[in-house]
Amino acid sequence: MLKYLEGSHAVSQVVAMCRPQVISAYPITPQTHIVEDLARLVSEGRLDAEFINVESEFSAASVILGASAAGARAYTTTTSQGLLLMTEVLYCIAGMRLPIVLTCTNRAISAPLNIWNDQQDSMTVRDAGWIQVYAEDNQEAADLHIQAFKIAEQTNLPVMVCMDGFILTHAFEPVDIPEPQEVDAFLPAFKPQHIVDPRWPRALGLYADPRFYMETRYILHRALEKSEDVIKQVSADFSRAFGRPSGGLIRTYKLENADLVIVTMGSVAGTVKDLIDALEEEGKQVGLLQIGSFRPFPKQAIYRALKDKMNIVVLEKAVSLGRGGILASDVRWSFPRGERKGRVISSFIAGLGGRNISTDSLREMVERVCLEPVELDFLGLNKEIIAERDL
Amino acid sequence: MELSEEILNRVEKKNLFAVGHRACGGCGQALAARLVADAAGENTIACVATGCLEIFSSPYPDPSWRIPFLHSLFENVSAVASGVEAAYKVMKKGPVNIIAMGGDGSTADIGFQSISGMFERGHQVLYICYDNEAYMNTGVQRSSFTPYGAKTTTTPMGNKTRKKNLPFIAADHGVPYVATATVDDYRDLQRKVKKALTIEGPKYLHILVPCPLGWGHAGDLTIQICRLAKDTGLFPVFEIINGKITNVVKVPIKKPVEEYLKLQGRFRHLFKKGVPTEVVAEIQTIANQNIERFNI
Repeated sequence: MLKYLEGSHAVSQVVAMCRPQVISAYPITPQTHIVEDLARLVSEGRLDAEFINVESEFSAASVILGASAAGARAYTTTTSQGLLLMTEVLYCIAGMRLPIVLTCTNRAISAPLNIWNDQQDSMTVRDAGWIQVYAEDNQEAADLHIQAFKIAEQTNLPVMVCMDGFILTHAFEPVDIPEPQEVDAFLPAFKPQHIVDPRWPRALGLYADPRFYMETRYILHRALEKSEDVIKQVSADFSRAFGRPSGGLIRTYKLENADLVIVTMGSVAGTVKDLIDALEEEGKQVGLLQIGSFRPFPKQAIYRALKDKMNIVVLEKAVSLGRGGILASDVRWSFPRGERKGRVISSFIAGLGGRNISTDSLREMVERVCLEPVELDFLGLNKEIIAERDL
Repeated sequence: MELSEEILNRVEKKNLFAVGHRACGGCGQALAARLVADAAGENTIACVATGCLEIFSSPYPDPSWRIPFLHSLFENVSAVASGVEAAYKVMKKGPVNIIAMGGDGSTADIGFQSISGMFERGHQVLYICYDNEAYMNTGVQRSSFTPYGAKTTTTPMGNKTRKKNLPFIAADHGVPYVATATVDDYRDLQRKVKKALTIEGPKYLHILVPCPLGWGHAGDLTIQICRLAKDTGLFPVFEIINGKITNVVKVPIKKPVEEYLKLQGRFRHLFKKGVPTEVVAEIQTIANQNIERFNI
């Protein structure tokens, strides 16, 4: 049923329909509206779950680690500093193959302190062994959660659903919220595989010496790679069941005849599409390749989609300081060695700490990369407030 | 001496914390872990923090635990146990004994926030701290449970602070059952584990576990050192039930702290050619304060 509601509430309503049994979270802007709503649903008896108010994100992640190891479907949500505080536990959850779902309401990282949106938080923990999917709008943010539990439980991998803080979490738009029985039909009850249970004593979290450790990391890496098929399948099943496309590895917009392709992920894809439509009217062919799954990184799907495209620009809301674009680097390496020659892959960092990305600023980016390759630039920098010596 | 198959089988069946782990000879923590597991029984989940116990009992593929064992990190065992308890509650499974356990570092230092959260939220979990008074797993560095005067690798001149008093901090969280114990009196230790598991809410059991390696004593002195820790008044054994100190183990004939200190390499620097320095007098004052406070 179409409902006009805030992005956070679209997510909380849908997460509740996924029937998590243990929810644990610590408040941090802009995640709070999701947990407040879930706490209300639990306290009103409309969601049969334990809601554990903890003293830190570190403990939130640890509580759901324990709950998942005991066989419960477990959920948490956080962002920014909270996600970084969880980092040690995130790696552990993946290493222990616990199918936990986490919503990251993407926000910038300190210092300086900044509560507004970029994607530095989740992209910083990209190597933790979690599947990471990025939502374009609130409909997709809601839909991805239903898919996330299914993907996690089929692969025994944790899934992080990333949605842009404020831009999505605090935006009101119409969202088609499914009926609970539709979600039940799509997402079967959790059947945990490896749990602590006195009826069948087993050990979880043993240490591995040099004879065994590398194999566990290899297996985890392979599991991530192989999860591409599950992500695709669950996305296709979702489209069939709910009648709208959502999720998947990549999505494209007006790509076929494009002379220039913008690669990006998250909510800025909407702005990019607006620009593409405007440029089309002016006779310019620009296309979009949107990354749905950042981990696993669908390099083959990207290569297939961009094989014939010689001018590509990667737009991202994070930066590997001292190196440059993270997504840009991943995209550049998606092309086999012989295929990189003559291909221009420009890199733009944009929207850090909530800096607005407008169609005008994107138009400037497009105009520049049509003239020359851009190794790396920050879009919309105000050089007037940067001292000469810092330039 | 060859042990018959029959005797080995009997030993094997008896202990839920199996023989063959990799602790040092005379390890107080290994002894305590076995006593705890056997007292708690098969219907128990052990959540263990990173540390000596975890390392010597859980190398893949040879864990020593015959009860479910769950380990993830150093500082989060209280939160992990909270999650296990929440899961059992919501899935309406159990009842089951959930025991979180860790050393003094993972309990009083890096895991302090986590244990405070578990106490304050009132989870149905028994927390057991195996206190060997320093970071033994990493090579005997000082923790906030290292006693006054003790030499560690990071307090080479002797520790200048007193032990953090976690039993009272636990009691002040409203934890209904708090107790201390030592490994020499295994009946008292196991009785406290069993008693704790009958009580609703969080419980805290603080067990003194000598570490021959870190304390610098022979492995066969573990039990004697525990007795001296009690007999000198340096480690009071008591219970705190609903905030009231009770069942203090009385010591009719007190021993001077020197007898305890002299057996251990970590206190050797406190004696110059056998003559105690003034630090020994200060440690005696700490013991006297304990004797008075607990009416030992």
